[in-house]
Amino acid sequence: MAEITLVEAVTMALAHEMEHDPTVVVFGEDVGVNGGVFRATAGLQQKFGDERVIDTPLAEVMIAGMCVGMAAQGMKPVAEAQFEGFMYPMVDHLVNHAARLRTRTRGRLTCPLVVRAPWGGGIHAPEHHSDSNEATWAHFPGMRTVIPSSPGRAYGLLLAAIRDPDPVVFLEPKRIYRWQKEEVEDNGEELPMDVCFVLRDGSDITLVTWGAMVKETLEAADELAKHGVSAEVIDVATVAPIDMETIYESVEKTGRCVIVHEAPKHCGVGAEIAAGLADNAIWHLKAPIKRVTGYDTVMPLYRNEMNYMPSTQRIVHAANLVMEFE
Amino acid sequence: MAATIASFKVDYFQFLDAEGRLVEGTQIPALARDMKELTSLYRLMTLTRVFDKKAVALQRTGKLGTYASSLGHEAAHVAIGSAMREEDCFAPMYREYAAQFYRGVKMSDVLLYWGGDERGNDFAGPKHDFPWCVPIATQCLHAAGAAMAYKLHAQPRVAVSVVGDGGSSKGDFLEAINAASAWKLPLVLVIVNNQWAISVPRSKQNTAKTLAQKGIAGGLPSIQVDGNDLIAARWAMDKAIAAAREGRGASVIEMMTYRLSDHTTADDARRYRPQGEVDSAWDKEPLIRMRKYLTDQGFWDEVKEEQLLEECAERVQQAVEEYQHLVGNDPQSIDSMFEYMFKNMPHHLEEQREYANQFPSQGGHH
Repeated sequence: MAEITLVEAVTMALAHEMEHDPTVVVFGEDVGVNGGVFRATAGLQQKFGDERVIDTPLAEVMIAGMCVGMAAQGMKPVAEAQFEGFMYPMVDHLVNHAARLRTRTRGRLTCPLVVRAPWGGGIHAPEHHSDSNEATWAHFPGMRTVIPSSPGRAYGLLLAAIRDPDPVVFLEPKRIYRWQKEEVEDNGEELPMDVCFVLRDGSDITLVTWGAMVKETLEAADELAKHGVSAEVIDVATVAPIDMETIYESVEKTGRCVIVHEAPKHCGVGAEIAAGLADNAIWHLKAPIKRVTGYDTVMPLYRNEMNYMPSTQRIVHAANLVMEFE
Repeated sequence: MAATIASFKVDYFQFLDAEGRLVEGTQIPALARDMKELTSLYRLMTLTRVFDKKAVALQRTGKLGTYASSLGHEAAHVAIGSAMREEDCFAPMYREYAAQFYRGVKMSDVLLYWGGDERGNDFAGPKHDFPWCVPIATQCLHAAGAAMAYKLHAQPRVAVSVVGDGGSSKGDFLEAINAASAWKLPLVLVIVNNQWAISVPRSKQNTAKTLAQKGIAGGLPSIQVDGNDLIAARWAMDKAIAAAREGRGASVIEMMTYRLSDHTTADDARRYRPQGEVDSAWDKEPLIRMRKYLTDQGFWDEVKEEQLLEECAERVQQAVEEYQHLVGNDPQSIDSMFEYMFKNMPHHLEEQREYANQFPSQGGHH
């Protein structure tokens, strides 16, 4: 079994599903001949042909709108938005149509589409190529927002997203596209959406995160361990809907929680998690809930981006503040 | 060096003029001689108009929510619906009732939808047709996507979408043209140009001589027809659908008509539209000319007209009763808000559903 990166796991999942489900098509800008600007669809057009791996005109509204149409007529389109910052034109079709088609028609029509996008900062990219907009999608009823954080979870969750009978926004943390290699078997086994993954067991504090921030959060847990603090690390993975039960269980055990995300703090997914804890687990909390997030600023150009992104140091700092409460 | 490397023209077609006379000097389509078909389509135009009047009255008396009238568009809409096969896919905007009636959608479905009940969109028409589409022009891309699906599956099916003159200003419409051109999709895009986008007249959308030429800019054959002339509108649809079905790609048809009503029942067009313009538009409306033509040909008379109106009133009344019975005796449950959000209901929705059921609304409904 080969060791592969997160982006290679995406390619492997796409290839697997195209092989086994003739209704799956890949649809987007530069996904065909070029294999995607991050190589996520590399080799797929050679293997499956240009009627299944389709290079589109440069028009994001069209990509989303046609995917709604295809999905409603029996296909499973997997669209690629080239970067998350170019997804905004798609909002109308995803929110007003994809997410509502089932309920508006009382189940007569459905919309099993996936929109994938490289997502998040930290790769020194140009303007509009580094946003963390998961809360945008998470807010709207009727669709899921899923973010893998390892090759194995990228493979299993993307399979689940494609097979799901409802729309899924699948955000790929581009900063860790090639961070880790992992053995992933191409066995077609999906991982469940709507559940958190506990990446590290601990007893003193719960660190909740997703996407590329898993890297810094695990590093922070290592750092805390050196000082005798046992941190549990949870990868939320599906940020809409959130598996709050796993987070409650962990906080019932640790009594402390720090939420880490790259996106701006205001109305971020972290706020939803903190509100859930306040509502359902406040009696187990020994300390205030802290959030370590990006700032409520525009994502700066790359020379300043690492000052924007939560660092291991900031996570450790917040954890230490929380640990002061007995 | 300077050279003309592209030039274009937009042809206009009218076969039956406002006086109900066949236009001389044109090659009249065979449909003009098919009195059985024309009579049947005239009956549907009339039914739609009777229905429309009733729907507005229901809204005015508090029995229906906001309703978008189709008054004046009947020929265009009947032409669209009657040119399609059942397996073709219709992506309407929100007032093409006659097209949908032809395809099997019930009048009570329309009333349910505007009466605030989602079951209207689970209509009796073809199960693959798209629901009413309020956001403007987005339906053009859904039709393009449907056309793509049919093309990829090598099915001889055609997708048809309708947009207004206002909607033709939106990117979705232009992107649908572009996509249809790039992939030679089996798609027909119809601009039902009724001259008004709520209060904004056609002249303020842009200064292009026609809206059809937007299709030409994207590489699609595009024409303009008198949309109040059922024969011309249907002829154009037949031609475009045949081309799409035979793999010759998409086209754009601009059907010229006039919105004789307010935009919706929530609008008052007297605020922005001169009455004189509306009065002269009534002279060109589609039913009078067809009735006159059928009468001149000896296939219609006042007795038949009266019988038809009576029959339409009865059928409409039946639909109203069906609608009122359903919303009155079998209203949608609180659960129904939650049940169709996802195939498999997530945990948080289960919780919210249970909670919502403890607080049923005390408010009234139409």
